[in-house]
Amino acid sequence: MGKIKLIIWREFWTRVRKPSFLIMTILGPLLLVGGIAAAVALTMQEGGPQNIVVIDKAGLLTNKLKQSDDITFYYQPEDISDSAFKASPYTAMIHVNEKVLTNNTIQLFYKDKLPSQSVQNHLSAEIEKALEKEKLRVNEVDPEVYQRIKTALKIQLFDIDKEGKRSYDQIKAGIGFACGYLIFLFIFLYGVQVMRGVMEEKQNRVVEVLISSVKPFQLMMGKIIGIALVGLTQFLLWVLISGILGGVGIGLVKDRIAASAMEQVPAGMTVQLQQQLGAEQETVAGKDDIEDLNMMLELWNEMPVAAIVGLFIFYFLGGYLLFSSLFAAIGAAVDSETDTQQFMLPITVPMIIAIMIAQTAVYNPDGPAVFWSSIIPFTSPVVMMIRIATGNAFEHPWHLVLSMVLLVATFIFTTWLAGRIYRTGILMYGKKVSWKELGKWLFYKG
Amino acid sequence: MEFRGIRSETPLRMLTCEHIVKRFGTYTALDGVSLEVPAGKVFGLLGPNGAGKTTLIRIITRITGPDSGRVLLDGRPMTNEDVARMGYLPEERGLYKKMKVGEQALYLAQLKGMPKAEANKRLREWFERWEIGGWWNKKVEELSKGMAQKVQFITTVLHGPRLLILDEPFSGFDPINAELIRSEILRLRDEGTTVMLSTHNMGSVEELCEHIALVDRAHIVLNGSVREIRKRYSTDTYRVEFKGPRVAFAEALGFHGELVSHTEDAEHHSTAFVKLLHGATLNTLLRSLVVNVEVKGVNEVVPRMHDVFIRAVSDGPTTNVPADMTE
Repeated sequence: MGKIKLIIWREFWTRVRKPSFLIMTILGPLLLVGGIAAAVALTMQEGGPQNIVVIDKAGLLTNKLKQSDDITFYYQPEDISDSAFKASPYTAMIHVNEKVLTNNTIQLFYKDKLPSQSVQNHLSAEIEKALEKEKLRVNEVDPEVYQRIKTALKIQLFDIDKEGKRSYDQIKAGIGFACGYLIFLFIFLYGVQVMRGVMEEKQNRVVEVLISSVKPFQLMMGKIIGIALVGLTQFLLWVLISGILGGVGIGLVKDRIAASAMEQVPAGMTVQLQQQLGAEQETVAGKDDIEDLNMMLELWNEMPVAAIVGLFIFYFLGGYLLFSSLFAAIGAAVDSETDTQQFMLPITVPMIIAIMIAQTAVYNPDGPAVFWSSIIPFTSPVVMMIRIATGNAFEHPWHLVLSMVLLVATFIFTTWLAGRIYRTGILMYGKKVSWKELGKWLFYKG
Repeated sequence: MEFRGIRSETPLRMLTCEHIVKRFGTYTALDGVSLEVPAGKVFGLLGPNGAGKTTLIRIITRITGPDSGRVLLDGRPMTNEDVARMGYLPEERGLYKKMKVGEQALYLAQLKGMPKAEANKRLREWFERWEIGGWWNKKVEELSKGMAQKVQFITTVLHGPRLLILDEPFSGFDPINAELIRSEILRLRDEGTTVMLSTHNMGSVEELCEHIALVDRAHIVLNGSVREIRKRYSTDTYRVEFKGPRVAFAEALGFHGELVSHTEDAEHHSTAFVKLLHGATLNTLLRSLVVNVEVKGVNEVVPRMHDVFIRAVSDGPTTNVPADMTE
């Protein structure tokens, strides 16, 4: 036991000290948070100020469009020639034809570059609103009546077995998919590292020196466990750093988000209309926030969080142990990276199938493909996570138990299998290995 | 020294292999191999490539198991602890390239079961003695092949094993470092270590080994002390220096011997190689010779291990391929 600890420690310590580990640990969350921040920043302040001239011969929109910080409207009853527009300080030009009330179409001309999506959203929201008002006036409809008629439908989902509770299956399935995807990623990233590590020892010829001191199986398991610890460490550091960075990031952009939320309040309805709708209504933004919070609380209460975290760790480690032992066997069987291809395929295929089935499971966690793939150990770590997150797995406890037992049994079997291939393979140099050859190794005595 | 003398008369068996058979599929790597390694000696395991030497060593070090037969240490079956205590330098050897020399040597020593502090102390001593202290914090990839081999040798013997198994210990060394390793092997033997070494270098066999076993095509074809084996392979050939006419010398040989080769220098000093014919002895030959020529010197041509090796491997001990007689 002392020796296996030494091996685990070496595997862990030499990897954690590598500059690449440090770089990945810092870069990973930076890329993630930075990417999100960049996307947010880009949508929030794209393009700079827009001076838009509205050619409105019928005067339908004149002075009815609300401006924003970045968007200023200028109204013009007469056409401007193209060359005049190009020479003007206007960044865009909107043509409002006289039949706009029936054809619901306007034309936007721009120069240099396309107005950003947020500018376009603002324009269409403002123009729609103005046109609606105009149509109400023309058709002599009371705006208050219209507001009552106008319907924005929301579907609330309920599971009849869980009386009186909203169903969040879709969101839960999403959480499950994220967990499954993490497992998939972890198995691949670190499984390949196990394979490379074994190959390195074989190519360096360190391995024969080592196995006069330790058993091949100890060497293999030490590597697998050591690298698992590296992965877990990196994962925890990512969560930590992302959390800190995310917190700082949200702190920085919070004011802007709040400001833009306030601006969007009148987007749905006019201040006047809101007041008419009565006191019990809150602002749209405020309502959404509270709904989000409620949903999170309800989800938290409804989902057995401890069980899910526990099972996540179980499938996380189970899946990793299952595949990394196979990766170790491949590393031991081949002489160089290029020879790994033929053996990698049977490992990657079930994993990719698992991800594909997991995607369908998000919408239909009860399908037969989902059932079978959540039982079969090569796909179960990814797929079962979705059934666990939606609570589906807890309704069929025997599915869960069977899947878990099979996973443990299989990883014990694959580790044993890999150990036998490993033991023979690491001492076999300069031989192109075939499947048949691998099969023979399983039955060598020793 | 007296103690060693006593021991050489009644050699204790340190390691015994009994009827070891190992097959890989249909290929038989070892077919009933038995040998004994005496304690406190240097034992040479010889054989051409692919004869089964490395397989035998891997069985002794318990890296693979035999299909049948057993390995005894001090007369009792070998255990994993015994293997952990022995020192083993494999033919295919190497170190982690990215790891620092000192750190790596410490790691390997700890895997051998040495406490860290003890390993550190002994390593520093070795590094000082070989004047390689400056390598401690270098990465292995910065060392030359010979330098890495030296580190590897140290890690093999650091824990003071009673049994040391060296598979081709001289490969990768220049003559100066090979000499260093040779003297270390002898020093370790004098301190009581039993050494088993496999090598192609017949010169080092003659210098180092008291006993050898020759493996060929899965069998042991020769086994015993180097002195006895060389005697057994003697071809009854003598190198005779004389002064006198060649014709007189040839006449005198008569039924006693056959002239294999003859050279003569400017001062009529001749050197001849003579193989005794059946029934003749050196005495009868000399008696006949001294009548005709002036004999200046006679000595027996003892076959070199190189020739013994080639003869034993090419077709067994009954052949008459002459030993090297041209000097």
